[in-house]
Amino acid sequence: MKKIQLTINGHPVTVHEGATVLNAIEKAGFYVPTLCYDPALKPFGACRLCIVQIEDMRGLPTSCTTPVQEGMKVHTETEEIQRVRRMIVELMIVNHPYECLLCNRSQDCELLKVARYVGVDQRSIERLRRTTRKRAPDHSNPAFDFEPDKCILCGKCVRRCDEMVGVGAIDFCHRGDDTVIRPFGEKPILQSVCQSCGECVEHCPTGALLPKNLFIPEREIKTICPYCGVGCSIHLGIRAGKVVRVKGDETSPVNRGELCVKGRYGLDFVNHPDRLTRPLIRKEGFPKSVTVNEIHQVFQEVSWNEALDRVARGLARLKDRYGPNAIGFLSSAKCTNEENYLFQKFARAALGTNNVDHCARLCHASTVAAALAAFGDGAMSNSISDIDHADTLLVIGSNTTECHPIIGRRIKRAVKNHGARLIVADPRRIELCDLAEVHLDHLPGTDVALLNGMMHQIVKENLHDEKFISERCEEFEPFLESLNRYDLKTVEAITGVPGEKIRQGALLFGKAKRAIVLYGMGITQHTTGTDNVKTIANLLMLTGNLGRQGTGFSPLRGQNNVQGACDMGALPVVYPGYQRVDNPEVREKFEKAWGRPLSTQPGLTITEMFQAAYDEKLKGLYVMGENPMLSEPDLNHAREALAKLDFLVVQDIFFTETAHLADVILPAASFAEKEGTFTSTERRIQRVRKALDPPGAARPDWEIVVELSNRLGYPMNYRSSEEIMSEIARLTPIYGGIRYDRLNRAGLQCPCPDAKHPGTPILHKGQFTRGRGRFHVVHDRPPAELPTSAYPLLLTTGRILQHWHTGSMSHRSHVLETLVPESHVEINPVDANRLGIMEGDEIFLSSRRGSVQTKVKKTHRVRPGQAFMAFHWREAPANRLTNPALDPQAKIPEFKVSSIHAILAVLEQAAEDNRFLTALAENPAGVLSTYDLTPEHRRALMEGDIASIEQWVGPLEDRLKIWLKTRLKQEKLSERQVLQA
Amino acid sequence: MEEAIYKKFPEEKVEEIESLFTEIGKEFKGKAEELIPMLQRVQKRLGYLPEQALLAIARMTGLPAAKIYGTATFYAQFRFQPVGKYIIRVCRGTACHVKGSDRLLNTIEEYLQVSPGQMTSDGLFTIETVACFGSCALAPVLVINDSVYGSLNRSKALKLLDEIRERERSSSRHSTQGN
Repeated sequence: MKKIQLTINGHPVTVHEGATVLNAIEKAGFYVPTLCYDPALKPFGACRLCIVQIEDMRGLPTSCTTPVQEGMKVHTETEEIQRVRRMIVELMIVNHPYECLLCNRSQDCELLKVARYVGVDQRSIERLRRTTRKRAPDHSNPAFDFEPDKCILCGKCVRRCDEMVGVGAIDFCHRGDDTVIRPFGEKPILQSVCQSCGECVEHCPTGALLPKNLFIPEREIKTICPYCGVGCSIHLGIRAGKVVRVKGDETSPVNRGELCVKGRYGLDFVNHPDRLTRPLIRKEGFPKSVTVNEIHQVFQEVSWNEALDRVARGLARLKDRYGPNAIGFLSSAKCTNEENYLFQKFARAALGTNNVDHCARLCHASTVAAALAAFGDGAMSNSISDIDHADTLLVIGSNTTECHPIIGRRIKRAVKNHGARLIVADPRRIELCDLAEVHLDHLPGTDVALLNGMMHQIVKENLHDEKFISERCEEFEPFLESLNRYDLKTVEAITGVPGEKIRQGALLFGKAKRAIVLYGMGITQHTTGTDNVKTIANLLMLTGNLGRQGTGFSPLRGQNNVQGACDMGALPVVYPGYQRVDNPEVREKFEKAWGRPLSTQPGLTITEMFQAAYDEKLKGLYVMGENPMLSEPDLNHAREALAKLDFLVVQDIFFTETAHLADVILPAASFAEKEGTFTSTERRIQRVRKALDPPGAARPDWEIVVELSNRLGYPMNYRSSEEIMSEIARLTPIYGGIRYDRLNRAGLQCPCPDAKHPGTPILHKGQFTRGRGRFHVVHDRPPAELPTSAYPLLLTTGRILQHWHTGSMSHRSHVLETLVPESHVEINPVDANRLGIMEGDEIFLSSRRGSVQTKVKKTHRVRPGQAFMAFHWREAPANRLTNPALDPQAKIPEFKVSSIHAILAVLEQAAEDNRFLTALAENPAGVLSTYDLTPEHRRALMEGDIASIEQWVGPLEDRLKIWLKTRLKQEKLSERQVLQA
Repeated sequence: MEEAIYKKFPEEKVEEIESLFTEIGKEFKGKAEELIPMLQRVQKRLGYLPEQALLAIARMTGLPAAKIYGTATFYAQFRFQPVGKYIIRVCRGTACHVKGSDRLLNTIEEYLQVSPGQMTSDGLFTIETVACFGSCALAPVLVINDSVYGSLNRSKALKLLDEIRERERSSSRHSTQGN
């Protein structure tokens, strides 16, 4: 890039062409005040404070909008500038409230700072000052307030929301003196499309946007957000032992200061009074079939010694009586790498079983299985920042803006600012569809057919990368042949997507020079999960989109440390670093390191453990930081399985639904109360730092495991988590170079084999981890369950922006819980009308396995015939409905397809013992013409005479009366149609 | 928070918006720079910009709804409430003020029971105020739709309104009889 020389106040400075004068001023080390300038945003020039004098240029241009030119002579502090600047500030604050002492934001108020710097004259303000305006403040949002009278219209909030977050919830309204920043229609912000991420609040230079309950922290600790797998770096603000503020870390390459609503406002669960603080033991005489209403009624507080002895005795007893494989261990993607390592070591070395697994089984087990087979590495191949360099993005089965919001924003910006082209393949019309060039709304469970159809087109148009395939891949021929049957017509019939659209998507992807496929649970949580992922791998290899910047395979990992938990070997078939338990050499290495003979038998997966527990083959289960009683499919079955266990230990920070069934509950420390590392979705190993002491007697998970191991006669001796990491590094080649002191700035991306290795931002450069990339022949198979007349709706499950998995954390955050206090199911208006259901109705959903009751949200986001529900609520656990059918290879359940039946809740209760109402509810209009009725009954029904009907069926609820009237109207219409016919 | 300043379009007449947007879909490409012509097109047909129309434009252009609303409120030409068949513009310029236009405005407000910017319940009149028509020689001035009425006083103004009402009543009677 061309360099440009200019002088600032006589000092020479060199900057790149295209820089602004303000950039040059900053580089030269001078200060000009600004209020609307934000380096992340496009120049705006609203506040006029950065004015400068440039020789041979007329007037006082704003330096933030003026590009540099060769030889410019810039002055920043002439007398004229000072005078004008002072006046600008005076005009800005002339109607601004004076109550800085009372303003919660004055400690970091930029307006106050600038006013002091330029020195305002009180007399001129008094002369101009009119009464302060009293424009209505907006207190609707639970996280922050808006006070328009303090707003200086710098537009940072508007531009942050539009340019960075890509939401555009607010804008300037009206004009001149009346200008005010408001959401659409000047309604309260809570009723707008605002996602409450607080980016506007964070960047407001005055107190116009201010957090509710702003406590200035006494200290800040840099750590990692514990919600999703993006791995945003945060500064946790602590005051008097409480988390009072969260700020994004500006220096982090992952989030560059940005956060979503969960990261910024959802971490107060750490201080929630519900935290477990003492070990608990189930009291005698309380069987597990009893529903626990009050924790202390069923559980008794005991000392750590008593609790640990009890667990050690319990595990030892089971091992002696039934052998080590009668015990299962559920590790946690919420815990640190060190804890996961120790937990699987405890299971394998101290107890002697490979029965250790964690929730990756329920999210990305299919990714790990398929990508290991295709590439030799199960992780995301490139870095998150590669999104900025891609020219085409395919997002399939991932509602990225809600589930990985910070990555979602990158995708939006790549499309809006870098001209990337977006293909979205999702049964639902998710937020990203608004930016997509092509939206392929294929039926759930038809991903293989869709992708094979696209690849068929790519090959047909000769858009595949022959050089890449021949030089770097194998098994191409049989794969190529297998595509033959996926012509557009066939694929259209399977997926329900018009062939032309599939072709359009295929050409777009095929022609791209650098393309990324991003995917989530929509791909993996199927009985065909492994096949789906293999198809994605095929697509990337076919088009040569691997091993370069701006390309890649991007499974978006759900949990903060699910990548790490996999890396640490919390899986039944591998030791840390994916070293297989059935490889004798590897086993020997670990036997030597751990000083114990190790089991040769691969262990059980989570889903198999539950079945084994149900069959009474598994007798004990030790659960660390997981809540399968909401996250397992078919919860009724899961509950029975857990209740059958002889001995269940639950180690958690809250009294979860799983803990309800426990024999011993051990209180653990949260992410804010311990040291360690998390590994994010882009394989970035980052430091987690202790900011607080655990509440009461709660202890970090690794300390608890050490104590138990010592009691079971397998002594562990670690003084810190850092010591555990050095053991991990010794035994795990991909973590070989990880030392805490190397992780302080931005972490390291694994594989990092030795102490000098800089980490690996891009995998499969030059060659694949397994040598050659392997194509797999994959054919379309239908989901395990398809809609029938008894269960006509197809349900998919997932997450929403404001909550997190089983909600044990997010339901205990004030802001998140206030934003979305209850569950709902998304249903298309067509289905809702057919069922006589209105927005907000309570609705009863049932599948072959169970039922839930929840509220209705009518939306075009789902197609007719489909429904969507999040699984965050214990009051309405979506997983009572889901299908436990497994992918045969990865043993992941099919959360994404189950068929259900929906009915208005009051109707379901009324219809239970009323055959007539059942007939009306279950059948299409016209049922009366075949129903055997007396003439007077028929007359009353056809005329909608509710009073007479009530005489026969008993009193009806108001909602039911309305339903009945609408339903009978349909009946009347069809009667007429019958007559006409 | 005060109530939103715009009105929703009556639910029972929503098809009118739908048919309007089918036309707009043919006339426009949905680009951001077409926003103002699109807003004008909607207002010409519906008389104002109801919420559903603003949201429909947001969907068509892909712009945030807040931006559509912000743009529309910037221009004085756009309305967010339905207008009557007759728009009474009361001149509040200096000359008219001297000649008592404030009292004239008050009288009309009281007589029609609405404030400037609002429509009478029968849908006949909307009152607006204007800074100056430049017809100061005729002060005080009222402009009703496209006709200028000068040198008014309170009774003359009310008589004018009564005449319009009477005319409307008889023509509607006429048209019902015609049916």
